[in-house]
Amino acid sequence: MVFCLRRRDGLPGLSISIAFTLVWIGLIVVLPLTALVLRPWQDGGAVMLRVLHDGRMYAALRVSFSCAALAALIDVPLGLLLAWALVRARLPGRRAVDALIDLPFALPTAVTGITLATLYGPTGWIGALLARAGIRVAYTPAGIVVALMFVGLPFIVRAVEPVLRGLPPELEEAGLLLGASPWQNFRRVILPPLLPPLVAGFSLAFARCIGEYGSVIFIAGNQPFHSEIAPLLIVVRLQEFDYEGATAIALILLLSALICMTGVAALRRRVSRGLVARGAA
Amino acid sequence: MSVQIQSLTRHAPNASRKMLDDVSLSIEDGAFVALVGPSGAGKTTLLRTIAGLDGPYEGTVLVDGRTLAGRPMRERRIGFVFQNYALFRHMTVARNIAFGLDVLPRRERPDRGAIAGRVAELLELIQLPMLGDAYPDQLSGGQRQRVALARALATKPGLLLLDEPFGALDPIVRRQIRRWLRGLHDQLGLTTVLVTHDHDEALEVADRLVVMQNGRIVQEAPAEMLDTAPATPFVMEFLGEALEFSGRIVDGWFLPDDSNVLSFHVGGGVDDGLVTALLRPYETRLVAGEGRGRAIPLAGGSGGLRRLKVELGTREVEILLVTDQVGLFGRDHVALDIGRARLFRDDRALQHISLRPPEPGHGKQRHNGTVTDSV
Repeated sequence: MVFCLRRRDGLPGLSISIAFTLVWIGLIVVLPLTALVLRPWQDGGAVMLRVLHDGRMYAALRVSFSCAALAALIDVPLGLLLAWALVRARLPGRRAVDALIDLPFALPTAVTGITLATLYGPTGWIGALLARAGIRVAYTPAGIVVALMFVGLPFIVRAVEPVLRGLPPELEEAGLLLGASPWQNFRRVILPPLLPPLVAGFSLAFARCIGEYGSVIFIAGNQPFHSEIAPLLIVVRLQEFDYEGATAIALILLLSALICMTGVAALRRRVSRGLVARGAA
Repeated sequence: MSVQIQSLTRHAPNASRKMLDDVSLSIEDGAFVALVGPSGAGKTTLLRTIAGLDGPYEGTVLVDGRTLAGRPMRERRIGFVFQNYALFRHMTVARNIAFGLDVLPRRERPDRGAIAGRVAELLELIQLPMLGDAYPDQLSGGQRQRVALARALATKPGLLLLDEPFGALDPIVRRQIRRWLRGLHDQLGLTTVLVTHDHDEALEVADRLVVMQNGRIVQEAPAEMLDTAPATPFVMEFLGEALEFSGRIVDGWFLPDDSNVLSFHVGGGVDDGLVTALLRPYETRLVAGEGRGRAIPLAGGSGGLRRLKVELGTREVEILLVTDQVGLFGRDHVALDIGRARLFRDDRALQHISLRPPEPGHGKQRHNGTVTDSV
């Protein structure tokens, strides 16, 4: 199928590039994943059965996926607001904020985790205030969500920003001239073209949050069945020298993530109708 | 709907430059007016101000005798077509067209069936009845243009504002849509204001042209008036290729500075002094056996006109001549008759001269004191 691509193409050396890409992908993506798929079955199906009956794993998966989904969902409106402010508002210090947004990418996740744990801890600046209101964030699933929100936000902002910047101002003017109220204009004219990047940003943030480890473990409290995330459980199993158990959990995590991402991709195609040239959608 | 604009001034944001400088314009109900001028002249700014789109301005803009400020958009009954059409890409053509109806408050909104009926009617009007379910990205430029127009017409506006609506279309489609638009204007009884930088387009479609330059209205006149009586040399040159001859008025005669150009009578009432004469290359005539000019046919020409280079001595000009007359002249010993020129002094037209009809009998010329017959 790859060799059907012999059209006249603008890029020189297309076939070489494709071959190189395939080898590359094979080495760094497919090979480790294959190992991951095969490893749990090495000593027969018993390990898999044992893992599948482990309630702690289900609890960890539930915490991971629900916190990741919640964090990514909360990030969507926040990211949209931030992108909006970056693109539309001519605020002083806009450039500084612009640079700050990417910071969670660069920061070692442990630093993020320790910082957040300190801030939201019972004696931390924010934690103390929240404690007075009777809210506990650190060492609860709420803490996990806070950490994941921090990690996921840049994905949303960076996905939406270029699309928002590229929206012609005439679209809004056309909406207003046709009698739409500002809210209707946002709902019907501005938001729909932003949905595909929002969903794309959501899926990136969600994927990142499912696998996030470093920033979470410091703030989560890591109580089994309550605030223990799946990646941590894998590490726990590894420390117990239960390699089959660890890879089995990893495989289940991978498959669950795959199902979720497929669902998100379907959603993205749905909201892209008319916005992407036919055939490319 | 009528539009009255009185001494409208708008400043560019963060600059002292005036985008519109004391513009006054009156557009009567049912008129088709074209705003023309080079880019940066303020045409689009004026159009957007009429629509109530841009920020603060000085002066008054009245639509049907009332100011627009503070009135909700849907009561203004203004349809606007953007240069880039600004179609909503995520909606089908039908939803795009229905947008103005879909956003009405529930009390005023027609029911689903009525909206669908109106959309079908408009699709019929723009001659795209089958494309209701297509998305804008699947349409050609001309089709998008018409969809944008249908969307603007859905709420039955009285005033239609079009910003360079034909800019991105190829010449054949342009001509078709232009004619179709004019028909639509007459059929629906609209008041239409069109912005274009293409004077031919404006001349063909509009009743009245408003020529703008540097944020000011230079001239406002019916299409045919503009060519016979341009207010300034700029208008003359904007409307097409023009030849320029400087000279003097002496005793009611125009005496050109160039040799081998015939002087001509301009009638009384014109003060003596320096003037500039402008005329179209096809309005000149060659007179054989007069003077020492040389006429050299050039390659090219269209519409039965042939381009000739005429050497006048110190300079040369290019004129257009009916092809079958080209052979009538020897190459040497010709003079140029510019009797149909418009005269300007201090960048303003000497109006009463310009209004003189180009009568066929003005072949009698005075040249160096003798009267001769020209060809």
